[in-house]
Amino acid sequence: MTARSLRYKPVDLGRWLAWGGFALVLLAAPLVSGTSFAITLLSQMGIGIVFALSYNMLLGQSGMLSFGHAVYSGLGAYIAAHALNLVGRGQLAFPVTLLPLVGGISGMLFAVAFGYVTTRRSGTTFAMISLGIGELVAACSLMFPGFFGGEGGVTTNRVVGQPILGISYGPAIQVYYLIAAWTFACTAAMYAFTHTPLGRIANAVRDNPERAEFIGYSPQRVRWFVMIIAGFFAGVAGGLACINFEIVSAENVGAARSGGVLIATFIGGAGFFFGPILGAIVYAAMVTGVGTLTKAWLLYLGVLFLVMVLFAPGGFASLIVMNLRMARFGQLGRLVPHYIALACAGLAALAGLVGLAEITYYFSLEGEARPRTELFGIAMNVMTAAPWAGAAALLVVGVALTALAWRRFRREWDAGQRAIQEGGNRP
Amino acid sequence: MSAALELRGVAKSFGRTEIIRGVDLAVERGERHAIIGPNGAGKSTLFNLVSGRFPASDGKILLNGEDITGLAPYEINRKGLSRSFQVTNIFHRLSVFENIRCAVLWPLGYRYSFWHRLGALGDARSRAEEIMQSIGLERRRDTPAGVLSYAEQRALEIGVTIAGGAEVILLDEPTAGMNRTETAHAVELIRAVTRGKTLVMVEHDMSVVFDLADRISVLVYGALIATGAPAAIRSDRAVQEAYLGRSLDDA
Repeated sequence: MTARSLRYKPVDLGRWLAWGGFALVLLAAPLVSGTSFAITLLSQMGIGIVFALSYNMLLGQSGMLSFGHAVYSGLGAYIAAHALNLVGRGQLAFPVTLLPLVGGISGMLFAVAFGYVTTRRSGTTFAMISLGIGELVAACSLMFPGFFGGEGGVTTNRVVGQPILGISYGPAIQVYYLIAAWTFACTAAMYAFTHTPLGRIANAVRDNPERAEFIGYSPQRVRWFVMIIAGFFAGVAGGLACINFEIVSAENVGAARSGGVLIATFIGGAGFFFGPILGAIVYAAMVTGVGTLTKAWLLYLGVLFLVMVLFAPGGFASLIVMNLRMARFGQLGRLVPHYIALACAGLAALAGLVGLAEITYYFSLEGEARPRTELFGIAMNVMTAAPWAGAAALLVVGVALTALAWRRFRREWDAGQRAIQEGGNRP
Repeated sequence: MSAALELRGVAKSFGRTEIIRGVDLAVERGERHAIIGPNGAGKSTLFNLVSGRFPASDGKILLNGEDITGLAPYEINRKGLSRSFQVTNIFHRLSVFENIRCAVLWPLGYRYSFWHRLGALGDARSRAEEIMQSIGLERRRDTPAGVLSYAEQRALEIGVTIAGGAEVILLDEPTAGMNRTETAHAVELIRAVTRGKTLVMVEHDMSVVFDLADRISVLVYGALIATGAPAAIRSDRAVQEAYLGRSLDDA
């Protein structure tokens, strides 16, 4: 009885800290750098967080590998854009603040229809059907220009009517705070979902759909209901994107967008609720941040994805959780020198990779016309062998050192794990 | 008063192969009934037909007098029939507690709810804790089911099966792969958790069968060759022949 009462703390301090911290970060993020680029980046991160969390309701929580999640966010965005245009023309009275709800309900309704088809099956079949639906909708976006706006997409204007309390959604910072508020609300709602009967049964269906049938649940129903709820939050993300960019085009429902959310969720960590949040932040930083710095961003994203799949399949979230566990048992100290070694070797390999990629891109785009350039502050002529050889050598040596450091790190890590096990189960 | 579970001429063929050839069986309410038979006799297939995993090719299956032939497993489960599996079939990434709590949600009426908070469902928690205690896994409450020992997983398998409070319980080789002590423990567990319920079990271990069963049916090549009390089955000529002349106690 005492053990039972101990589990019910009057105030769960950790939870309050986590949510308070999350709210604080959302509120304070624009204060770090108020440039328009920073605000754009933060807005995209917020939208990405909602989208990736909704995707993980399928992937991480229910075991549905979807290749067509952009269908729900994209169609939600289209309908939100049309609604916003109606509001702009005075044919509809609706506050812009609640426009993401229009996207959400649209996404949900499409999930009711498409999800009914896709969720009949699980596993590979589900993945294939979701891919098919994604292609179908993408094809439709060019077939029905009336709704989808053809090649140019549907443009809109988020500034409609008179400002309310000084909020017109003209300035990007106002849009950011709108996105931040929706991000917080949606994250809280999706977290709450993981602690409901349907949320838990979704985990059961993920683990073992057959057994779920023998405890009274139809796995198809469970998948369908989860898909409908995920469709709602994807649609909210679409509605936010519509407000943020003021344009919705075929890209919003396309396979690249569907693949992007899969990558973001995976590198963040599908096994933990907060994984997709990290993933969306890293993904937006790669696409928008690195994307403005270099044309090779897609290559870097691909390399990051590969490295994560090969060496950290649980994503950033699992890396954090595993290291926190090490720290809790006092085993993190022994790993620090190895982390430093790994970081140094990894940086050398990364520098080599970036060097090679950048020289290659520069060579193919500028080539002989302007052979002299500068990289990492080093002047070089890409028509000579030196920069190529230097970057390649750096890459080879870096990878070799990283492999070496990795092996030593693994040994120490395993020793730490053993120490934890021998020390009993309690810290 | 209708039987708890009744099979009328139930048959199953896979392609041209007949696996179950017209089985008639009535299990009374509160009875503990064992189905035995040599390997490949179709015992597990019979369970799969009754629980709705496979559709029967012919015949009728009645649960408390109600026709359940052709229903999906979850529909049959909701009508009060629950089964375990020969190969452990649990939710391996969920904890012991979550495994059992999942199994009590539907019967308690929470169904597909996304408007209840699990932590606030006192009835689901106390029911799950009760079951955990009865299968002796309360100390493994937060352990993921996938890392439990074999015997613990078998106990959890039974726990998940009985948690929903079904009146008719089907256990498919509950002691398979267990050593003598584990088996003795499992028999006590089964006896305790199926008290007042109807139990149908497939079992290879004859000591378990004669220990637990009120009546025994012998299935050979998809047909029941005998049904009766343990003593009658032990002395049945046809049964002895089916077991190649060996006495059942050696089988």
